[in-house]
Order: sequence, then C-alpha cells, then structure tokens
Amino acid sequence: MHMDTSTIFSRIQFAFTAAYHYLFPQFTMGLALLLVILKILYLVRKDERYNSAVHFWGKIFAITFIMGVVTGIPMEFQFGTNWALFSSYAGNIIAQTLAMEGAFAFFLESAFLGLFLFGEQAFGQKWHLFSAIMVWLGTWASGFFIIASSAWMQHPVGYTVANGRLDMSNLGAVITNPWILPQYSHTMSGAVITGAFMMSGLGAFYLLTKRNIGHGRMFVTLGVIVGLLASIFQLYPSGDLEGQQVTRYQPTKLAAMEGLFHTESGAGIVIIGQPNTNTGTIDNPIIVPNVLSFLTYRRWEAVVKGLDDFPADQRPDTIDMTYYSYHIMVGLGTIFLAIMGLAALLLWRRRLFSTRWMLWVLMLATPFPFIANTAGWYTTELGRQPWVAFGLLRTVHGSSPILSTGNVLFTLLGFAGMYLLLGLLYVMLVVFEALRGPTAHTAEVEKPEESEDLGLIGENA
Amino acid sequence: MPTLWFILVAFTLVMYVLLDGFDLGAGIIHLVAARTDSERRLNLLAIGPVWDGNEVWLIAGGATIFFTFPLLYASSFSGFYLPLIIVLWLLMVRGVSIELRSHISNPVWFSFWDGMFFLGSSLLAIFYGAALGNVIRGVPLNAQGYFFEALWTDFNPFSANPGILDWYTILIGLLAFVVLLTHGANYIAVKTEGTLNERARRISRAGWLVTIPLAILASIATFYVQPQVYMSFTQRPWGIIFPLIALLGLLGAGFFNLLKRDLPALLSSGTFLLGMLSSAAFSLYPIVLPAVNRANSLTINNASASQYGLTVGLIWWSIGIVLAVIYFTITYRRFSGKVTAMSSQGY
Repeated sequence: MHMDTSTIFSRIQFAFTAAYHYLFPQFTMGLALLLVILKILYLVRKDERYNSAVHFWGKIFAITFIMGVVTGIPMEFQFGTNWALFSSYAGNIIAQTLAMEGAFAFFLESAFLGLFLFGEQAFGQKWHLFSAIMVWLGTWASGFFIIASSAWMQHPVGYTVANGRLDMSNLGAVITNPWILPQYSHTMSGAVITGAFMMSGLGAFYLLTKRNIGHGRMFVTLGVIVGLLASIFQLYPSGDLEGQQVTRYQPTKLAAMEGLFHTESGAGIVIIGQPNTNTGTIDNPIIVPNVLSFLTYRRWEAVVKGLDDFPADQRPDTIDMTYYSYHIMVGLGTIFLAIMGLAALLLWRRRLFSTRWMLWVLMLATPFPFIANTAGWYTTELGRQPWVAFGLLRTVHGSSPILSTGNVLFTLLGFAGMYLLLGLLYVMLVVFEALRGPTAHTAEVEKPEESEDLGLIGENA
Repeated sequence: MPTLWFILVAFTLVMYVLLDGFDLGAGIIHLVAARTDSERRLNLLAIGPVWDGNEVWLIAGGATIFFTFPLLYASSFSGFYLPLIIVLWLLMVRGVSIELRSHISNPVWFSFWDGMFFLGSSLLAIFYGAALGNVIRGVPLNAQGYFFEALWTDFNPFSANPGILDWYTILIGLLAFVVLLTHGANYIAVKTEGTLNERARRISRAGWLVTIPLAILASIATFYVQPQVYMSFTQRPWGIIFPLIALLGLLGAGFFNLLKRDLPALLSSGTFLLGMLSSAAFSLYPIVLPAVNRANSLTINNASASQYGLTVGLIWWSIGIVLAVIYFTITYRRFSGKVTAMSSQGY
C-alpha cells in the first residue's frame, strides 16, 4: 500500500493545520465557560472586580476567537482541496455534520460575540450575560458537530454503499453515533482544563509579581476549583469511557497506543519505555502487570489483542507516534490532577496564596494542557490509520487525484510561514494584555491587600 | 430536489456576497475614504460587530455544496487548489488586520494593519470575481470529473488548458472589485456622518461610473466565452428578469447616490449584485461546473448526493438558516444607526 508523496504532504498539512487550529478553540471553549461563571459572580455579588475580569478575559477571548476563526476556515476547505476522493466518497454524510456546525453554531457564536464585545454599555447587563451564555453554547455546539464528524470517520454508521460511494441512510444514527459521547465529554473537559490552567497560571503570575493581587487571587481560586473538577472528570469517567470504546471498536489503535506488540492474557500497562518496532518489544520498560487487562475488560487475566494479531496492512502506519502521543497525553493528565489536587488542598487550608512554589508550579504548568490536548488528537487520528473512514476507505485512496507534490508542498510551506507569524503575533498580544492587566479595564484603583485570608471567591465564606 | 438545492446553494453564496461584500468594500476604500486614525477606527467600527458573521455565510455555502453536491465540492476545491488556498491566506490576513489593529497603540502598527486590511480585501474581491469567471467559462474536467488548473497559462479563455487567470476572468475580477468597492462605499455612507460619509458617497459615485462600462464589457464577453449563456436565455426567456433586476439595481445605485439617500443606494447596489449573480446561476443551470470538453460537465444530476441525504438535509438546513436570519436581524437592529467617535469602544 504505497503512499505517494503528494498524499504524505497532504497528511502533514492537514495534521499541522488541524493541530495548530485546535490550540485556539480548546482555549475559547474552556474560557467561554469561565466567562459565564465570572459574569454570574459579578451579577450576584455586585463586585466591580468580577466585571473587569470579564472585560479582561473577554479581550483575550476575542483575540483567541479570531485566531480560531481564521485558522478554522482552512479546515472546512481542505477536505475538498486535498482529500477530494474522500470528499466525494463520503461527503453526503460527513459534510452534513460539518454544515450543521455552520448553521447551528457559527451563526450563533458570531452574532452573540458581537453583542458580547460591543453591546454591554448600550444594552445592559442582562443582554451581556445572555450573550455570554450564547457564546458559550455556540462554542460547545461547534465542538459537538466537529466531534460528530470526526466520530463518523472513527466509527462509520448510518450509510449504504452505492456506485462506489456512500449514501446517507440514517441521519439519526450519525448524530447519535455511540462514538460521540465519550469523545465529546473527554474533549470538552480537556478544553476546560486548558482554560482553567490559563486562568490560574496568570493569577499565579500576578501574585508572584505582586500586582493585580485581588484579580490574581480571583483567577487562581476560580482556575484551581474548575481545573480540579475538570481534571478528575478527564480521567474518570470520560477517559475511562474512551478506553472502553477503543477496546471495543478499534483494537488496532489500542494495541498501538499501549505499545502491545503481542497478544497477552493479563497484559501489563507500559508506564515508560520506547517502543522498538524492529524487535516488537519495549526498550527500557517500566510495566505494571495485569493493569491493561483490568482497564480494558475489568478482569485482571483478560486477553488483550496485540499488534501481531492483525495483518500488517490493518495496523496504524505510525505505531511509535501513536504510542508517544497517548503516553504524553495520559502522563500529563495525571500530572494535572496532582497539581490541581494539591493546589485545591492548599486553597482549602487558606495557604495557597502564600505558598510560592505552588504558584510557580501553576504558572509554569500553563502551556502543558495545550500539549496534552494536541497529543490526545494525535492519538485518536494516528491510531485510526491506515483508514480515513475506519474499515471503509483507506487514507491512500482518499486524497486528491491530480494534485502534484509541488503544489501541496508550496501550500504546506505557506501555511507554516503564515502560522509562525500568526503564532508570534498571538503570543505577543496576549502577553501584552496580561501585562496591562485587568485593572486597566476599570476606573477603580486596586488596593493591595497583604493579609492572607481573602481570595475574592472566599470572601463570603 | 437537486434543482431546489441548486437554488439554495446559490442563495447562500449570494447572501455571502451581499453581506461580506460590503465589509470587503469597506476594506477596499479603507485607505482612501478614511484618512485619519479616528476615521479609520470608525470605518472598522462600522463593520466590527458584523463582518465575522457575514463570513460565516461563506463557510455555510462551502459546507452546503459539500453535502448536497459532493462531487462538485471535491472537484472544484481540488481543481482550484492554489487560488483557493491563497484565498484562505487572504482571509486570515484580513480577519487578523481588523481585530488586532487596536491592540497596540502605535502609528506604525496602525498603518501596517490598515494596509493589510486594504490589500486583503482588494485581492479577495478580485479573486472571487476571477473564481466566478472560471465557473462561467468552464474548466478542463476529465471523465472522472476532476481537473487541475494552474494560476495562469496563456491568458486565453479558449485554450484547451486554461489557467485561473485569463483575460476574461481578470475582467470579471476587476468588475467584482469595482462593484464591491461601490457596495462597501454605500454601506460606509449609511453608517457614518460628516467627512467620512461625504467621501464614501463620492467614492460610490466614482465606482458606479466605472461599473457601467465594465459591466457592459463583461456581459458581452460572457456571451462570447460561454455559449451556454445565450442558449439558456433563448430556451427560457423568462430568465431575462435576472438581468433586469441587475439593471434596476445599477440605475437605483446611481440615482439614490445623487439624491444622497444612502440606505436606498446600498439596497440598490445589493440588488445589482443579486441580479448579476442570479443571472450567472440561471444561465449555467442545470450545469454546476462546465467542462472545456462539454461531455464532462458536472450537472445538478451527476454531482448531487442521494435523495435521502438531500431530503433530511433540507429539514435541518432550513431550520438553521431561519435561525441565522433571526440572529442577523437582531444583530443588525441592535447595531443600526451611525457609528460615532463616542461609540468607538472596541476599535
């Protein structure tokens, strides 16, 4: 099953542009929820600092949102430009959920984001809260339809085959694809983790540099509470559901991501080690026996199928990358839970704001949820290979038929250059806003408080 | 059912051109109409709450083609590979230039993004026009329904191996540039007062004057380049209504501009766009992508999806579009009226 260079470059381009794009929506989807919480806190407690926090994060939301929009449009179009045979084969199904995203999510988001950013003074607080909620629902609806499209590629349902292409036979089945729920809940809580870590990380930076202290405490408190809840949910039940699902529908992906070369009963789980595809072993392994069997089948001695159980042309073509993506994701997820658990404990004991090393950890942890979410997507999409629609159409048979390598490489390089510039701009502007700080958004002058007790959230406790 | 979807796809794309058309136009006139920093802020503020929503019609249009005419989507997007990706890059530059300009208060920073906003908007207008020109002229489809077009070859629309750019498609690109410039100037005139308003009105008049000869030239060239157009109008003479709508819009745009009635002028330039685009759609029907070798043309029948998919799609799609129209009505009503320096919160 030889893959020509044009197809390989198309894969790289899609993977790169999709992974890059998703850096932004994961943040906006998480932040949208936090904005709603901050806005409600303002309306309940009538403390101006909550509203200035809404304006501050709203500004960062707007920059991130626009990055998500401009890097998102290419995703919709690249199905056609680079994956024409897949598009004409499955377009009747996969594009329904993509078009639903436009019809039900994008129009909603864009309309209410305008009201949220421009309308507070003119239309009042109720409209402002309402538009924040609609923006949140819009971003999460958008996530749903994308997951539904991705889920169909992972686990095709609701189709019939006719004249060498697929016809949709059941829209209900596509929308209620059993693949959606685990993937959606896992992805959304991953996005909340990103938002929460950004918020607590910036709060920690303010506390460590002793400015915007009131806001710093607010951000750390809210970030840690939401971050802890999401980190727990990420491992259980959503992560566990994902594991069960992969075991059931995609044993090849399971074997590749766990680095299980041989079928075993009482299979162990690889914590650390480098997969060696030449010998079919794990180098430098640290393995906990029987755990993989238990996690997948709930029995310590259950048989788990290894890669050797499948013909070579059914296995993912990048076993090492699938393995590393998965291990990076799970490893980071576990660390997030530990960080947020510890921070929450300190918060509860009212020692968090003075525990400098913990604030340092929170601050330095900020970029890692982005890596974990990206690694998660690499796991699910690389593990789907060699199929573009699992079990139906191979990736080699899905790319555009007359597209030359030179043209794809040209646009791949163009995207790389463009995205490098966009990324630099984005980081620059967010750092700039962060340094300017939330107090720039209110007239009030902040009084630094030296006593330890009161984060704003804990004030009424 | 495919005919109905042909109309709905055309409707979505026309909505895109009408709505995003005026904010593209605002970008085209940005440097000339708005000279000072505060005028440029106002120009951006006039489109600020709506441009992003307008652009969603493009995404909706693309996705609607994708699920109703999968082969058309696959064929045209892969065949127009380079210009399409360049359009994506231009959309990025332009979107970013609108939103990032205000974040750093520095004249060099402002000027850079003002220039990018103008450049991105102008090139997009020309590319859209050229794209439409390609769809009318036809592309070198093979028997499987695929093709690949280079950006340019010999600039001859009758070539067996035509490029994206030839004298015909460049002509349509220039027409699109001038028409959207006029449309955008009319919108800015509606949304502003004082000098900005007066300049926008003057630009609209200039644009209108240039539109007339270009539109006549482009119409003649279209009949010359694509014989299908003439056949459509002789076989279905009632279709003459579409060019008449365009003519009405064109006359109205000039008339109301002279009367300084900005809103009717904007509606007229919109009517002109509607008339031109629906004329093009009418004259191609039932072809959705003509081929250089006529036998290979994609039509609403050989490119459409299955009956079931089109039927269920119609149900949710209609609901979605009705909702979209409601959101747009709310947004445009909420932000109706002139923008002033007082309200320049945000930009």
